[in-house]
Amino acid sequence: MAAPSPQMITANRLRDGEVVWWNAGRWVTALAEGEVYTDPKAADAALEASLAYARNNTVVNPYLFDVRVEKGVIKPVKEREIIRALGPSVRTDTGKQAATHV
Amino acid sequence: MYRYDEFDAQMVKDRVDQFRFQVERRLKGELTEDEFKPLRLKNGLYLQLHSYMLRIAVPYGTLSQKQMRMLAHIARKYDKGYGHFTTRTNMQFHWPKLVDVPAILADLATVEMHCIQTSGNCVRNVTADHFAGAAADEIEDPRVLSEIVRQWSTFHPEFNYLPRKFKVGITGSATDRAAVKFHDIGIEIVKNDQGEVGYRVYVGGGMGRTPYVALLIGEFVSKEDILAYLEAVLRVYNEFGRRDNLWKARVKILTNALGAEEMRRQVEVEFREIKASGVLQLPEKEMARIEKYFAPPDFETLPDSDPEFEAACARDKDFADWVKTNIHPHRQTGYAIATVSLKAPGMTPGDISAVQMDGLAQIMDDFGHAEIRVSHEQNMVLPHVRKKDLPRLFARLKALDLGTANAGLVTDIICCPGLDYCDLANARSIPIAMAIQERFADLRRQHDLGELKIKISGCINACGHHHAGHIGILGVDKKGVELYQILLGGSGAEDASIGEILGHAFGAHEIVDAVENVVGTYVDLRKDGERLLDTVRRTGVAPFKERLYADR
Amino acid sequence: MPIVKGGKFVDDAFVTVPDGEPLPQGAPVIVTLARFKQERETLLGSGKPLGVRLKSSESPEALKDDLPRIALVALEFPIFRDGRGFSWARMLRTRLGYKGEIRAVGHFLYDQLAFLVRVGFDAFEVRQDFRTEDFERAMREMHYVYQPSVDGRRTIIAERMKE
Repeated sequence: MAAPSPQMITANRLRDGEVVWWNAGRWVTALAEGEVYTDPKAADAALEASLAYARNNTVVNPYLFDVRVEKGVIKPVKEREIIRALGPSVRTDTGKQAATHV
Repeated sequence: MYRYDEFDAQMVKDRVDQFRFQVERRLKGELTEDEFKPLRLKNGLYLQLHSYMLRIAVPYGTLSQKQMRMLAHIARKYDKGYGHFTTRTNMQFHWPKLVDVPAILADLATVEMHCIQTSGNCVRNVTADHFAGAAADEIEDPRVLSEIVRQWSTFHPEFNYLPRKFKVGITGSATDRAAVKFHDIGIEIVKNDQGEVGYRVYVGGGMGRTPYVALLIGEFVSKEDILAYLEAVLRVYNEFGRRDNLWKARVKILTNALGAEEMRRQVEVEFREIKASGVLQLPEKEMARIEKYFAPPDFETLPDSDPEFEAACARDKDFADWVKTNIHPHRQTGYAIATVSLKAPGMTPGDISAVQMDGLAQIMDDFGHAEIRVSHEQNMVLPHVRKKDLPRLFARLKALDLGTANAGLVTDIICCPGLDYCDLANARSIPIAMAIQERFADLRRQHDLGELKIKISGCINACGHHHAGHIGILGVDKKGVELYQILLGGSGAEDASIGEILGHAFGAHEIVDAVENVVGTYVDLRKDGERLLDTVRRTGVAPFKERLYADR
Repeated sequence: MPIVKGGKFVDDAFVTVPDGEPLPQGAPVIVTLARFKQERETLLGSGKPLGVRLKSSESPEALKDDLPRIALVALEFPIFRDGRGFSWARMLRTRLGYKGEIRAVGHFLYDQLAFLVRVGFDAFEVRQDFRTEDFERAMREMHYVYQPSVDGRRTIIAERMKE
């Protein structure tokens, strides 16, 4: 049986819709700073912990998604999560990929 | 165009206050996300991939200069300097913050704009013909009825929690420029044998997972009866539309399950009751009041041909090309309708920058245009342009990158935001549109191909109207890979038809070649000035399929 | 659960009896449509006010002949999104001329109250944390209405015709 894919947790911030990732108790705004879970049990426990921030109205709908880690660089498996991490592929002057993004 | 009276203005103001209160409660946690979601959707606020998305209503696609400037202001102040016009002629902003939305709505209210019912399971923005009031073949300006329907449907107490969304489209002429037969209710303004103006009411059109062309339910509904008739359709739908399955919840499913005859019968039962009560009969005074707002502007008496215009056509090839496709005949001599293309090479189809919006507002001011239109094909239209102004207008548009001479041509592509923006999407659509535009950039080739409507959707929800494309492209996801299916022979006009899927999907690197292949088959098979659509209808899809999959 | 009627908390005069449970002696009851159909004579002949509870899929047409003898119709909202109850209330008031209590039960939101009142609901089974100030506020949120409805409220068109 193949090893399960490493996973991360993501959500959108309630106030402004910003895409965020979970890292041990806090939300970060860059994919590279998010925590990667190689153990499914740890992933589930982290998701459970992150849900507290949905209940306290900080974020909306946290969920787990699959990633690969190649040479220390995190790469989402699905195109959708790649796009969420960067911004629209057709407007590279917008989103997190833009040099001006805060 | 319509101007709010104190009552319309108060309605919008009340909604702004109501939504502000809803946002406060959400941020405090007094509303859960599940409870808040339908409320924010009723104000056009989605949560998408990167951010929230706010959909602003552009009732029957008409905007004033002040409204254009306000949209530019919102793009700059609250967003990233651009917006996107949709296939329902609404404006979408991709980057608003939830905490800013009450302020955005308050700003919009100052220019008689709002986001009311642009999403959610309610009656949505009523769309009409972008040539309304200008087209020679028009029986009556469809925007009068559109405004009446807008008011009747806004905050309707009985129909705000329908099984699913409900879209109304209205055409004022036999030439359907509003794709009404793909709407939940499509209305065609007609004249009966006595010369009276009335309405043909079609019910149950739609795209998405199960596309349908609407069925004729109301053969001739009079002006005094139309609201009662619409109320009857909505009532039957609210009571009996399916609620067990999201994909079977539109009125098209109910209508086709019952059949036209039974649907008509049930509607007639409700209609007779409502008509007998008289409550929805519009007073003549109110009808006249609304009609006045859509009276034609004071046209000048002008000759049919203008020397400046003719000279410009002769000496300026770019201008002549633009006139060929982007200028349309006007009912008033000496005037023209101008399509302002939002499909420039390298730009997202339907996107418009704050600079362009302000530029258009200035053009409207300088040329004395009271209004501008948005079409469901994601272009804009200046409906009443004096022919003699066309050369100067073109120069101004070109300077704003709004002068692309491709209206109705293969590069005039309709395209949803797709996976670059949208939470529902399976695949990206915009890069495909751009790649096709690049491949077919040669204008002479575009002219040779003639009218060729390509429509691209990034998922089955069909916001790109791919079912109604002469060539339709549907983005799908197979095991994490973005693939594209080709459909042929769809049309959103009065000859409405649903495109047929040709076969296996293509990868992103193959799809443009595949489109080339289909176009090549058309060029080889066409006769006597046929468009691609006409050739497909004559030969069927078989020859296209054969050539497309020859080496598979 | 608390009942709000006329903008105030009121005692629930009825006992809602689930299917299969015996009817309590002496108390006015609310029963399901299914039970009403089965025990119609007994229920109508009990001498006590009677309530019938309809699921969102059940049209009040089923009660049309008995309405004069039914004191209360409870219309269920399984989830706030299921808006059939709005049409059923309208049908009860308008087509069927019903004058008894129409009570909204189940899952509905504060933000639906104004519409519910417009189409003919006059009582609401609410959550424990409901405040009557919220009800008052909901009634005040929209100054005007575009459409005629059961409540007979003057429409914007009527306002315009006045001028």
